[in-house]
Amino acid sequence: MKKYWHVIGIGIQNNLTYRVNYLTRTLFSFIPLFAMLSLWRTIFGGQGGAISGYTLAQMISYYLLVAVVDVLTAVNEDDWQIAADIREGNISQFLLKPVDYLWFRLSLFFSGRIAFMAVALVPLTIFIACFGRYFVLPAGGTACLAFCFSLILTALLQFFISYAMAMLAFWVLEVSTFIFILFAFEYIASGHMFPLDVLPPALKHALFFTPFPYQMYFPVSIYMGKIAGADLWQGMLVQAGWVLLAYAFARFMWRRGVRHYGAFGG
Amino acid sequence: MQKAEGRRQKAEIGVARHPSAVTRYLTIYGALWRTSVTREMSFKGNFILWIVVELLWFALQLCFIGVLYLHTNSIGTWTQWQVVLLVGASSFIQQTYQAFFLTNCVNVSELVRTGKMDFLLMLPINTRFLVSLRQVDLGAFINAAFASVIMFYAAARLHLHPTAVELFGFLALCVVGILIHYSLMFMLAAISFWTVRAQGIVWGYYNLFNIARMPDEAFRGVFKVVFTFVLPVLLVSNVPVRVLADKLQSPVLWPVLLGMGVICAVISEWFWRVSVRRYTSAST
Repeated sequence: MKKYWHVIGIGIQNNLTYRVNYLTRTLFSFIPLFAMLSLWRTIFGGQGGAISGYTLAQMISYYLLVAVVDVLTAVNEDDWQIAADIREGNISQFLLKPVDYLWFRLSLFFSGRIAFMAVALVPLTIFIACFGRYFVLPAGGTACLAFCFSLILTALLQFFISYAMAMLAFWVLEVSTFIFILFAFEYIASGHMFPLDVLPPALKHALFFTPFPYQMYFPVSIYMGKIAGADLWQGMLVQAGWVLLAYAFARFMWRRGVRHYGAFGG
Repeated sequence: MQKAEGRRQKAEIGVARHPSAVTRYLTIYGALWRTSVTREMSFKGNFILWIVVELLWFALQLCFIGVLYLHTNSIGTWTQWQVVLLVGASSFIQQTYQAFFLTNCVNVSELVRTGKMDFLLMLPINTRFLVSLRQVDLGAFINAAFASVIMFYAAARLHLHPTAVELFGFLALCVVGILIHYSLMFMLAAISFWTVRAQGIVWGYYNLFNIARMPDEAFRGVFKVVFTFVLPVLLVSNVPVRVLADKLQSPVLWPVLLGMGVICAVISEWFWRVSVRRYTSAST
């Protein structure tokens, strides 16, 4: 266990060398975010009232929370790096050393998130403060606690899915197309683009049979109190189930991949 | 076979020896096209997959519009099919730009980092020409064609019957839009002469041009001013579509786009020259 703490420590140091990169990334991401908020403000301005149970304040808060959850849990370049490790044969050393590659990458993923958070915290807080009068507070103590717990599950789910996806590098040379295709589905079906409540109910219901809503929509809805009571606990169980499933799948892909793997050169 | 190859080379050199600048550059550009096609065709599976990726993201934008208009009848004065036309035009402009320029702009930082820029600077042709147009992204032409199909469909749904002048104006303004895309992106790329590691460039570009497909009436205040007169992304596809859909609320709009295009091009050329002067070869 101790060795993975070391990995996290080194990972944070490494990641902080990219702080300017992270900062520009964060600042640039405010442009489409602000545009999205303006778009919804115009739509609400046109008719007033609520859309699919969202007031204007709630809609704006939804997108701001998506930005927060994204900073905390999104897989940044981990999948690319894993694919590169496989392609270039760097994983050979992990097959020999008593370090598990999955836990190693998970530690790096967490250190990356910590470093990103440290850089994005100030600009993101300022941005949210600009929309202070729209920003709603968490629905309650339970919601707040459940939100935090669900965030961890979301992060794990994101990571394991990306890890499994990156394992494709054992078989194909270029995995970025596959990653982008999956990302497109995640982007719309996880609630990144809009809260899933604005979809026709049948479609929304169908999406909940996939892991996508648990990658974004679910924790945000907990925060906003849209999911509470029995639904909350049931949802958390399902989310935990998806995490376990994704973990098992990631392990499975790795095992199949290593069997297929031939290390060339040193 | 070899003989034919030799004869062709000789012919090309022949052209180069009595060069009118235009034919000389056209010949060089033709050669660049040939190598690009060869390169793309050697990874056919990947070529098709990238087209699928782009199409998927385009479909995503259209889905988003579809969902929005379940809940509203208009955004400002923009109706659903007008916004579809806008998304189509925006994609058309972006994909055409991508076909000619994007890969090359992205590669600038790599050229600087590895010092390969040395080689390009020494060649007896305009360096910016070569840096900007070295590779052609053929898949993007196919995606631009798909965007045109969506535009035609939206125009049919709107019962638009543009006159020849409007159609020509639309296409000309699209070209200005492509020029703006290129100028801004090339400036972003030239930043790599200063920081060397500029991986965030593509990221920045996509975020910036994300808003080009949004109806301009959604924006007000400082945001609108900045993205109209400093970084004119809000004009790039909105103005051509307004011309096509008979939505021009003021006649100064298209001269503004034209003017901003020229300004962007001039600043970008100036910035490129200043940047190249800073270049210190990485290899020596």
